[in-house]
Amino acid sequence: MSHVPTPSQTVGPFFSIGLSALCRPGIECAGEKGNRVTIRGRILDGDGEPVPDALLEIWQVDHVSNEPYQGEQTIERRKTLPFGFGRIATNECGEFQFSTRKPAAGQKDGMIYAPHLAVLVLMRGLLRHLVTRIYFAGEAANEQDMVLKLVPAERRETLLAMPSPDGDNDLRWDIHLQGDRETVFFEV
Amino acid sequence: MAEPPIFGKLADGTQPHYLHPEYRSSVKRAPTRPLIVLPHTLSERTGPVFGQDMVRESDRDLTAQHTGEPLGERIVISGRLLDEGGKPVRGALIEVWQANAAGRYKHKMDQHRAPLDPNFNGFGRTLTDAEGRYKFISIKPGAYPWGNHANAWRPAHVHFSIFGAGLLSRLVTQMYFPGDPLLAYDPIYNCIPDEKAKQGLISMFDWENTSPEFALGYRFDIVLRGRDATPMEK
Repeated sequence: MSHVPTPSQTVGPFFSIGLSALCRPGIECAGEKGNRVTIRGRILDGDGEPVPDALLEIWQVDHVSNEPYQGEQTIERRKTLPFGFGRIATNECGEFQFSTRKPAAGQKDGMIYAPHLAVLVLMRGLLRHLVTRIYFAGEAANEQDMVLKLVPAERRETLLAMPSPDGDNDLRWDIHLQGDRETVFFEV
Repeated sequence: MAEPPIFGKLADGTQPHYLHPEYRSSVKRAPTRPLIVLPHTLSERTGPVFGQDMVRESDRDLTAQHTGEPLGERIVISGRLLDEGGKPVRGALIEVWQANAAGRYKHKMDQHRAPLDPNFNGFGRTLTDAEGRYKFISIKPGAYPWGNHANAWRPAHVHFSIFGAGLLSRLVTQMYFPGDPLLAYDPIYNCIPDEKAKQGLISMFDWENTSPEFALGYRFDIVLRGRDATPMEK
């Protein structure tokens, strides 16, 4: 490692100028497997105030084939966002919403992976992005997931998207940056 | 599919802590509980790869998005995208955004009393080439005031967003200009503990890419988190 890594700096309050062109309300995945789910929620700061200037980036891979969702996409002729990638900004009320196909559980090298989405959180006030995950409440594989097992039991719920009264495919997941219900964030 | 890379740990001090009280907005937004160390799974070791058709050649020229030309000092920003081992990162998406020459962003929340420039949007994007090189044409952004502390001014900067080989090498940063007196007072720039890493955020004046009768050159090489030289412990 001969080169010093470039430091992170905050995305700032005006990122939408540069980053909103790739914002999409839906994540595309190759194939038709997995229920289409909608995940909506809010991002709240340490005072419980909504964060109207946050950006989420979602990345999901296919843990059955243990590959990204590449499908028929080739780099040369790709006009859409890569399969499995989503970028969503919060609105003026700190709310976000996106839809995707719920990934399946998988395993590799003897490890169980419960269905999950990788999430990056960017906003003014964060000098580097936060890393978290969305899991799905009620999934049997959650009990064996190697990452959830590392999270203290009383904090696991912060990573679970919960079914809403609107239906099983309409899920709710909030991000609490601080406080009693502070979301679990990961060091990578 | 080729085996995705195994990433090492970033050297201590090269990245900011989440809480940096001098930067006021971090106080209510930085996590307060210890982070949980995440083993690197496929979800982290892979990441989106953007297609060549998503980016047009003209997207890298921020001065050519309108019929008229923007006001300000024309600049060429170029450099290489490398990993920590010095290997070029090819085909990587770089997105940039910035204020205009007067220090005003084209954003509804920017209340700075400086004029908008009808010929300047302030954003661009490109993919790195086979040697990891990139180039943007723009105008030098102005400094602007902000509410962090009394008489606070951000040094002139260009925001960069970069996707590397995996989610673990995702980087959002800011590029500064050499000799800017405001750098000494800026809590965002000064949040980096490691002096050498911090100075890596400042571009260098670049004679080689200075275009006669056209634009001044600035060089900004970017180093992403790289493959680990030694296999990661299980």
